[in-house]
Amino acid sequence: MTEHSLTASHVVEYDYTRSLGPVLSHFVTGLRDRVVRGTRTKSGRVIVPPLEFDPDTYEDLGADALVDVGEAGVVTSWAWVHEPRPSHPLDQPFAWVLVQLDGADTPLLHALDAGGEDAVSTGMRVQVRWAQDRVGGIRDIACFEPEGAS
Amino acid sequence: MSGATDTGDTDAPADLVTGIVVPIHVEYEYTAGEAASRFLSHIPERRLVGQRHGDHGLVYVPPRGSDPANGEPTDQDVELTDQGTVTTFCIVNVPFAGQAVECPYVCAQILLDGADITFQALIQEAEVSQIHPGMRVEAVWVDDPEPTLESIRYFRPSGEPDATPESYKDHM
Repeated sequence: MTEHSLTASHVVEYDYTRSLGPVLSHFVTGLRDRVVRGTRTKSGRVIVPPLEFDPDTYEDLGADALVDVGEAGVVTSWAWVHEPRPSHPLDQPFAWVLVQLDGADTPLLHALDAGGEDAVSTGMRVQVRWAQDRVGGIRDIACFEPEGAS
Repeated sequence: MSGATDTGDTDAPADLVTGIVVPIHVEYEYTAGEAASRFLSHIPERRLVGQRHGDHGLVYVPPRGSDPANGEPTDQDVELTDQGTVTTFCIVNVPFAGQAVECPYVCAQILLDGADITFQALIQEAEVSQIHPGMRVEAVWVDDPEPTLESIRYFRPSGEPDATPESYKDHM
C-alpha cells in the first residue's frame, strides 16, 4: 500500500443567473443610475435594500413603495479585513461595514475603503464611491469611503 | 441582463435591469485518500487496478477504500483490463457552459472486465445511434498518462461481438 495520499487542486466555477423580480430590479437599476432605493413599509420604516413584502404585515408592497434614499450615511457596525481574498471588492485591507443611509431605517452591508483600521469607527459618516462602469448590480457601488473623501 | 421586463409594473423604464449574473468560484485542495491514490498510481502505467475485500469480495473501480456492502477495507488489488462492456448510456444533446465535447455525445456506464461495478466514461469514435447496452469498448489513453482519470481520453468500440446480457445483468 502507498503511504501517502495524492492531492490535486479542484476548481468549481459557474455563473448563477438570478431574476430580480419586481422590486430588486428597480434597486439595481437605480444603482446603475447612481441612486440608492429602499422600500417604505406600511408603518413608515424605510428598508434598504428594498423588500417585496412588508416584514410586519406581509403585504405585497411592490414597486409603488420604492423611495430614494441618500448616498451617504452612518456606520452602525464594522469588521476589519486584514488580508482581502481574491473575490473581495477591494485589494487592500478594508472594513466590512453596515451603513445606515440617510433616510433609511435599516443598514446596508458593503465595503469601506478607510485606509486603515484606526480610521474606522461606529458612528462615522461615509458615502458611496460609485463604480466607473455600472451595469446594474451591487458592485455598482465600488465601496464606501469616509464622507468628504472625494 | 436588461431590456424586456415582466415586473408587472407599467411605469418601469424600458431599460430596467431584471436579472444579474453571479459568478461562483470555489477552489478545493482535493485529497484522494489511500485507496484512490493506490488506484491512481497505476494510471501512468496504463493499468486499471480495482480493489476488493479479501479473496471473494466484489471488485470496485475506482475504489473508495471500503466495501460499501459490509464496510470492510478493500485490502486486495485486482488487475483489470482497459476493456469493458457498456451497460447503459445517455446521449447528451443539450449544450452547457464549459462543455468540452461537441453534442451529441454519449456518456456510458462501462463494466470493465473483472470489475463488479461500472464507472462513467465518454464514448467517442462511434455514431451515437450505434451505441447500445452490451457493446464492447476499449480505453483510448492520452500520450503521457498522469495519475488522473483524465488520462483516459474516452472509450471507443473495440469491434468485438456484443457481451451477452447475462454477463452484465447483475452489474447494472
